Amino acid sequence: MNMINFPSAKPVKANRRDFLKGGVAGLVIAFTFTPRKLLAADAAAPAKKPVDPNAFVHIAPDSTVTVLIKHLEMGQGVYTGLPTVVAEELDADWSQMRAAHAPADVAKYANLAFGMQGTGGSTALSNSYDQLRQAGAMARAMLVQAAAQAWKVPAAEITVKKGVIAHAASKHTGTFGDFAVAAAKITPPTDVKLKDPKDFTLIGTEIPRLDNVAKTTGTAIYTIDVQRPGMVYAVVARPKRFGGVVKSVDQTKASAIPGVKQIMRIPSGVAVVADSLWTAMKARDALKIEWDDTKAEKRGSAQLWAEYKELAKKPGEVARNDGDAAGALAKAKQVVSAEFEFPFLAHAPMEPLDCVMEAKDGKVEIWAGSQFQTLDHMNAAKVFGVTPDKVTLNTLVSGGSFGRRATPVSDYIVETAEITKAMPAGTPVKLVWTREDDIRGGRYRPMYFHSVKAALNEKGELTAWQHRIVGQSITKGSPFESPGLDGMIVEGAKNLPYTVPNFAMDAHTTNVGVPAHWWRSVGSTHNAYATEAFFDIIAKAAGKEPLEFRRALLGDNKRHRGVLDLAAEKAGWGSKMPANSARGIAVAEAFGTVVAQVAEVSRKPNGGFKVDRIVCAVDCGVAVNPDVIRAQMEGGIGYGLGAILHSQVTLTNGVVDQGNFDAYKSLRIDEMPKIEVYIVPSTNAPTGVGEPGVPPAGPAVANAILALTGKPVTKLPMLQGSSV
Amino acid sequence: MSTTFELNGQSVTLDTDPDMALLWAIREKAGLTGTKFGCGIAQCGACTVHIDNVPSRACSIPVSAVEGAKVTTIEGLSGKVAQAVQTSWQNLNVVQCGYCQSGQIMSAVALLSATPKPTDTDIDEAMQGNICRCATYVRIRAAIHDAAKSI
Repeated sequence: MNMINFPSAKPVKANRRDFLKGGVAGLVIAFTFTPRKLLAADAAAPAKKPVDPNAFVHIAPDSTVTVLIKHLEMGQGVYTGLPTVVAEELDADWSQMRAAHAPADVAKYANLAFGMQGTGGSTALSNSYDQLRQAGAMARAMLVQAAAQAWKVPAAEITVKKGVIAHAASKHTGTFGDFAVAAAKITPPTDVKLKDPKDFTLIGTEIPRLDNVAKTTGTAIYTIDVQRPGMVYAVVARPKRFGGVVKSVDQTKASAIPGVKQIMRIPSGVAVVADSLWTAMKARDALKIEWDDTKAEKRGSAQLWAEYKELAKKPGEVARNDGDAAGALAKAKQVVSAEFEFPFLAHAPMEPLDCVMEAKDGKVEIWAGSQFQTLDHMNAAKVFGVTPDKVTLNTLVSGGSFGRRATPVSDYIVETAEITKAMPAGTPVKLVWTREDDIRGGRYRPMYFHSVKAALNEKGELTAWQHRIVGQSITKGSPFESPGLDGMIVEGAKNLPYTVPNFAMDAHTTNVGVPAHWWRSVGSTHNAYATEAFFDIIAKAAGKEPLEFRRALLGDNKRHRGVLDLAAEKAGWGSKMPANSARGIAVAEAFGTVVAQVAEVSRKPNGGFKVDRIVCAVDCGVAVNPDVIRAQMEGGIGYGLGAILHSQVTLTNGVVDQGNFDAYKSLRIDEMPKIEVYIVPSTNAPTGVGEPGVPPAGPAVANAILALTGKPVTKLPMLQGSSV
Repeated sequence: MSTTFELNGQSVTLDTDPDMALLWAIREKAGLTGTKFGCGIAQCGACTVHIDNVPSRACSIPVSAVEGAKVTTIEGLSGKVAQAVQTSWQNLNVVQCGYCQSGQIMSAVALLSATPKPTDTDIDEAMQGNICRCATYVRIRAAIHDAAKSI
């Protein structure tokens, strides 16, 4: 097949698409490649473009099949899951499959859920599934056609199995490599028949990850590992307060350090370029910078909480209003209420933000763990004042992201571009953010305050739920902004799965100078916690058993009931627990995937508690690779637990208090519970698994603690200043 | 200033600032990038190497301190224990983003070299200095037990 060429990325007007196909947020983006400008939307879905197999499948003469991955492999397994889909329809043997990141090319590689090339919203597999099945089937048909021509036999009589092409009657057999060149000359067919799922031999099996060997031998190349001849290293001194700008710089001491190449002002601060990262960091420490904080955010966390709590007393912008919640509350036999506090959270991917870039003769080449390739490509081109076709963006595997690298403004890539532009032509520049830069650099999961009230009637029935959220918008000021309330503030709560006759939800969008960002599972990070922890507080007040109370109110939400029942059964829900321990259950839907978890928590002998076991049930449609799904649930639970137990970014007079893993704490192995994951069998189209494991972990633990101690946990993180 | 030490079985002399952290000397001067930068203050373990067979955080040791020492990185791992660990890691699909895994594997090899049949408590003690933000801990634990069986 043809190896794809680097494209000329012409500006293309993308149609307005549902950002989240599962529809939980209802956020709709209108996207044009002029940043920050929203198109008057034409909401119609774009005409379905035929799949070009050459864009996704490259078959080499040695029979290896390389699948071009349009998404970022950041750990979630797209390097394995997407080739599985191709291999299935191609009837390839798994041993011949390879994966490589596709170049930035929105025309070929747009995320079909976004209308631009990018990874997020747990859409990588779901938006690629049909596309890659088509591509695999088309490539197979082209190979078969080439073999039929060579052997002079009818194509219909040719079989393909595990990478072997055969014609039984004539006893011909061949490999993919034998026909790769001839097949590339055949026009891709448009009428391929996809397999009946019952005939799948790879989808649904536990094939090993394709990146296993590289990532266990130190040979996988991340952006931080890229080496270019004559490369220089850069770090940036950024303001201590968000919104601060440089007033003056004294670089006398820093410039005198041997190895320092250049010190320059860029829009985000002062960049230091040196012959090693060590030298650059040392020189940065030696800079004396005076910051102008006139326009900076100077409030601290305590002040922000006080303001949020004041705001929560007043009605906000309505997100949903069924029936008459206020009326029902007024008539209630019993009113149950709770307030929840969620802190700012940094993503803290293990590989800090980094980028390598070089520019010469009007052309730019970039290496980065790019999560929004289309925007990164375009934003870099803008800095150099060139059209995007002059910019080559190489996406590399990234050491995590959790949403951090998916920035509308391409912050770390634009910084690298500014520095590269100022260096002599052809000088490769590697920019690295240190851990302190990362933890203090903003783009946090915003802090949120929730005030929730529920009404119970004399029979103990839930008659009303009134829910108010106070916090920042994630999309405000970005190309993803939509009119009205940012759906991301309320996603995971607005779509409460329980039948409540009177339900009211509103929200206040706060203006805070701390950059806000999506963080693995976005709105559900706080909304699933607030709703599911509150649900158990209501159940307790009503004297109801939490699982039965849920089941009774789930109406037609069969998938919710299915995962709850499966998790409960496997966890032995209802069976006796040892002394000083208890179980809690929670369920949440995120990005079309429904997950229930049962947490077992015990008191530690000298105070505090420990999460001992989590049993997880997931309904994500067709399970393309059950082992990858289990891995994502395990990881999502661990990521969620680390946050709810330990993590918070706080501010004092606008300055971030934490800087590294000593203060911004992460889950460690000694706190990782035993985890069991069960997948609901399904024939529905696959939905994502990268994020949905996170949301139920926190409330399942909170509900276990409520059962154990009788006290609700309403302030996160649990192990710092909470009531536990 | 130059420092001479044994890196993965070969004598190397690196000319660096004497207080440069060993991590950067290995990565940028010797060109071995398997050892990763995660925090710079010995909190995350991504930079774990063996210095005279002892697992050490290369981000917080000046290169001058390893003069004459034997330094092993992920690229230089060899022997029965290392092979068992890497095989178990692969068989159990431990990795996700993979960035911390060089450090995890270096710590696991050191643990199994000293304690061939570790308990869960041994694993907690030996591995709690290595953060994995993907939280692959369930499989790290399982892979260490699995490797122990084959040694």
